[in-house]
Amino acid sequence: MSDATSDAKEGRLVGIVLVSHSAQVAASVADLARGLAGGGTDVPVAPAGGTEAGELGTSAELIAAAAASVDRGAGVAVLTDLGSAVLTVKALLAEGDELPENTRLVDAPFVEGAVTAVVTAATGADLAAVEAAAADAYTYRKV
Amino acid sequence: MLDADFFRRWMTATAASVDREAEHLTALDSPIGDADHGSNLQRGFAAVTAALEKEQPRTPGAVLILAGRQLISTVGGASGPLYGTLLRRTGKALGDAAEVDDGQFAQALRTGVDAVMALGGAAPGDATMLDALVPAVEALGDGFAAAATAAREGAVATTPLQARKGRASYLGERSIGHQDPGATSSALLVAALVEASDE
Repeated sequence: MSDATSDAKEGRLVGIVLVSHSAQVAASVADLARGLAGGGTDVPVAPAGGTEAGELGTSAELIAAAAASVDRGAGVAVLTDLGSAVLTVKALLAEGDELPENTRLVDAPFVEGAVTAVVTAATGADLAAVEAAAADAYTYRKV
Repeated sequence: MLDADFFRRWMTATAASVDREAEHLTALDSPIGDADHGSNLQRGFAAVTAALEKEQPRTPGAVLILAGRQLISTVGGASGPLYGTLLRRTGKALGDAAEVDDGQFAQALRTGVDAVMALGGAAPGDATMLDALVPAVEALGDGFAAAATAAREGAVATTPLQARKGRASYLGERSIGHQDPGATSSALLVAALVEASDE
């Protein structure tokens, strides 16, 4: 970047990782969130779905690679579906050196939380604000 | 005293036992889970034995930390991070001593079991691996054979329990009457301590 000045850090966007048991679900929710955030959003979003063999499940390697790929220095918010996706992210966070610094597991509904997280991150909000917005998606009642 | 070779034997004995029992574990996982517990653990412990052979860790702690890391990355189901955390935390608690005594091991394993409890948020009685591991840790002072018996009895005792964690818990009362696959594989892990000390 030509304008890599002290202001550049403030322009850095929070990265979003979407972890699902299914590669298709993770990739589709990433597309959905990017799409609803408005065309051309710069928010780095990476899906980490299924196992490395392409089966249903969770892969620590895919999660770590996805987190590294969206890390712009402003933190990484990780959203998960359930079960082993949650436990694998927690186990990786507990190890301390497996995920980028300032990575957080965000307690949020997967689809609604992903959309909210990407929309919020696109405004340049920091990690805490992205986390709060995604968690708030639990309160959107439908009936 | 227990040295790195003992812990290596523990892992290879567990891998062999998981191999023998893989179909049984998957069969237990079929009515209440997603029918992959045996094959997941088989893949995980095969990766453990391969990594131990390749990297030749020299201390008890290093053996268990490497084994745990392999399980987290290769299992693909919830048992990966759970068993991975159990072994890694136990390994970390053993520090870098070349040998540990039975008491130090029992204390370290308790640290590992506590970490599993914190990670999964389960308690004894929820029909999980803790129902085998917690009684095993409590019996470890009386020797490996006593721990193995306690773990096996704990696993069998999950049958009348309603599952409160994981995929099986979605079944509610219909999970009652099924022996928990995680408690069953945990009993294999504990029983492998006896094999490792016999050799």
